[in-house]
Amino acid sequence: MYFDIIIKIILTGVVLGGALNLAGLLTWVERKQSAVMQDRIGANRASLFGLRILGLFHPLADMLKLILKEDFTPRYAHKILHALAPFVSVFFALIAFAAIPIGNDFAWRGHAIHLQVAHINVGLLYILSVMSMGVYGVVLAGFASNNNYSFLGGLRASSQMISYEITMGVSIMGIVMMDGSLNLQNIVQAQGQYWHHLPLWGIFLQPVSFFLFLTAAMAETKRTPFDLPEGESEIIGYFVEYSGMKFGMFFLTDFLETVLASALLTTLFLGGWQIPYLFHDGFHFPWGTVWIMAQPWVILLGVIAFSIKVIFFCWFLMMIRWTLPRFRYDQLMRLGWKIMLPISLINILVTGLVMVLL
Amino acid sequence: MNRSELTFIERLYIFEALKGILLTSRHFFWNLFLHTTHLFGLLKNKSAAVTVQYPDEIRPYAPRLRTRHHLVPRADGSPRCVACMLCETVCPAKCIYIIAGEHPDPNVEKVAKRFDLDLGKCVYCGFCVEVCPEDAIRMDTQIMNIAAYSREEMLLDINELLRPGSRKQS
Repeated sequence: MYFDIIIKIILTGVVLGGALNLAGLLTWVERKQSAVMQDRIGANRASLFGLRILGLFHPLADMLKLILKEDFTPRYAHKILHALAPFVSVFFALIAFAAIPIGNDFAWRGHAIHLQVAHINVGLLYILSVMSMGVYGVVLAGFASNNNYSFLGGLRASSQMISYEITMGVSIMGIVMMDGSLNLQNIVQAQGQYWHHLPLWGIFLQPVSFFLFLTAAMAETKRTPFDLPEGESEIIGYFVEYSGMKFGMFFLTDFLETVLASALLTTLFLGGWQIPYLFHDGFHFPWGTVWIMAQPWVILLGVIAFSIKVIFFCWFLMMIRWTLPRFRYDQLMRLGWKIMLPISLINILVTGLVMVLL
Repeated sequence: MNRSELTFIERLYIFEALKGILLTSRHFFWNLFLHTTHLFGLLKNKSAAVTVQYPDEIRPYAPRLRTRHHLVPRADGSPRCVACMLCETVCPAKCIYIIAGEHPDPNVEKVAKRFDLDLGKCVYCGFCVEVCPEDAIRMDTQIMNIAAYSREEMLLDINELLRPGSRKQS
């Protein structure tokens, strides 16, 4: 009993720490990667004891600045809701990580250990519901600020999130139908099968679903091709009236959601912690070579593979964010309702037909 | 403006988006490769960024660039300025204040006893340089960082104008 609790606490620390650190690091990655893409150098001035290390201290400096700034609440704002909104945003972005498996299940001294903070069999439903709860933070921020611009930003955010949540939910139905489970650990384990030595990852089985989910997840993170709720460069969104660390929390939520989207994409479509040809006792390559490995190393390799895939998707989402221009609002709605939703429904139909016929 | 209709492929957007991502990825990886080789001291002649790290490295300015003013001295060190007041008159910002005095040399009629120039007002039009009959004022010091903490520090007197940069920076 105590053992299980201790294991869960350690696991929570690892997942929470990993997600928060990666999100904080992404603020640096965002500045540096955009700079390298645009032939610039990027943030490199923050230094500690004369050390610069490619500007890696900038997230620290940013956080320090945001914490030390004045925390301003507008005069006629709803005090409680105004203070609550950023916390709601960050909270729901953080607890969504609970259902994501970071490694394979294993037994240690007679205890079954699940490398998943919340080992629940409706993990996917849980994540979808928690992500839609995150909209409340944004809507509350827009509503409580008592500012027309932030109110309009909140409205834009809620309509965009609702539109894309439907596509997001419907697009992963294909995966759920094929695996017959909403448990993310089962979905990842099912991706360890092979078809003529080709790993049956979700991206090979459901490429259309992958593209739809990628787009919808990007819309959920409220970043550039879909950043109409924020529009920080001109139209300004729901966080106009926020300053200091409260603004920083909204900012962090964006990055946390990027990490969450990457983790979900990895889990559903890129085989989670699976490494091709790595089975529970070591590598079995298709050309016949066999490397036998002890179980702890296999589990550790799985966790490392999961992290690398998540980081790859973070990089990829960042790449898209710095490449594509923002959509107009009517284009956004047309893309969501008239293009992506029908395609995702057709995808379900085709998946069902293929499953029945084969 | 004559815009051609988008083709079907272009209107699908996804291929155009992929083309854009390919372009930015090419820049990203090539620049990352160059940054990495620079760390090892290779391929230094190929630049990975167009950035000029301003306070550390300053791009050479064009010689005709209008920078901070400068009074040209004679051989004896007194200013060439004869206090004709043309620059003070032509100045659209009215930032030049001249008080005339007598020059010890009888061949020179007048000289500027005081020549104050308020950089806080100056619009850098260069009319004073063009109008000067004695070529006494020039804008060729190449000093660009004229920021100061108070209005008094923006006021340049004749000593500072004759010897640019002689005043202690506060």
